[in-house]
Amino acid sequence: MNRIKVEGKHKEHQVLMYAISTCGWCRKTKQLLKDLGVEYEYVDVDLASNEDKEAIKQDIQRHGGDLRYPTIIIEDRILITGFREAKIKEALGL
Amino acid sequence: MTTLKAVRQRAAADAKTHGYFLNPDDEMLEPILKGLKRNEERYGYPTCPCRLASGHLESDRDIICPCDYRDPDVEEYGHCYCALYVNKEIAEGNAEVQPIPERRPQPKLEQSFSETPKSTTVQTTEPDAVTSTSKTNMKLWYCKVCGYVCFREEPPHKCPICQAKREMFSEIVLGMNWMTR
Repeated sequence: MNRIKVEGKHKEHQVLMYAISTCGWCRKTKQLLKDLGVEYEYVDVDLASNEDKEAIKQDIQRHGGDLRYPTIIIEDRILITGFREAKIKEALGL
Repeated sequence: MTTLKAVRQRAAADAKTHGYFLNPDDEMLEPILKGLKRNEERYGYPTCPCRLASGHLESDRDIICPCDYRDPDVEEYGHCYCALYVNKEIAEGNAEVQPIPERRPQPKLEQSFSETPKSTTVQTTEPDAVTSTSKTNMKLWYCKVCGYVCFREEPPHKCPICQAKREMFSEIVLGMNWMTR
């Protein structure tokens, strides 16, 4: 799966975001993480192969998500859906 | 090839027709319009930029912009899911857009991952999709000025045909309904 890595000074947490390449809320979330200096990886689900899409679907659902975007998975256990600035900051301890 | 200008004009005209406004924040609006253009180019129809489309028209029909969920979302939250269409309060800067819950039913969200169109499944889930999108009941409304009829939870802000105000709409109570009550 083609995960795109965005470098940042905060590397304490493993952060993965599932996004849609055309989505405004996903764009705002990517910008927020960048502004906070959080290192993270993202996958634009709409650009993924069919095989990868199935894996993404299973991964989101395994974490209790409901296939909305952005879906952010922190440390493989905290799942945040949507551009929830306060929640994201809290989960990352920022 | 669709131009960005054409996408903007189409959205603006639709907003005007239905008594809505486009997001006043250009930093938000521009990417949404670009997303619509991109989706029209890759799928052949402009699906909501914030949702995953399957590329199969039958599955995606409810998320072609303006999506089936716009009217109840603007009614309840002041703007649609991706925040392209907003109400007057937000347009005038008296309220802000916030991420809102997804009104599209879960089976439809899952269907977007399907490689092949599932026309049979789509057809059988369609009535559920309509009822489950609403907390209250969908109703038939008619414009008392021109007779325009629509099926939604609340009447439109203005009549898209004759521009009459929302107050000019009345609910249509079907004969069969009151007979069986």
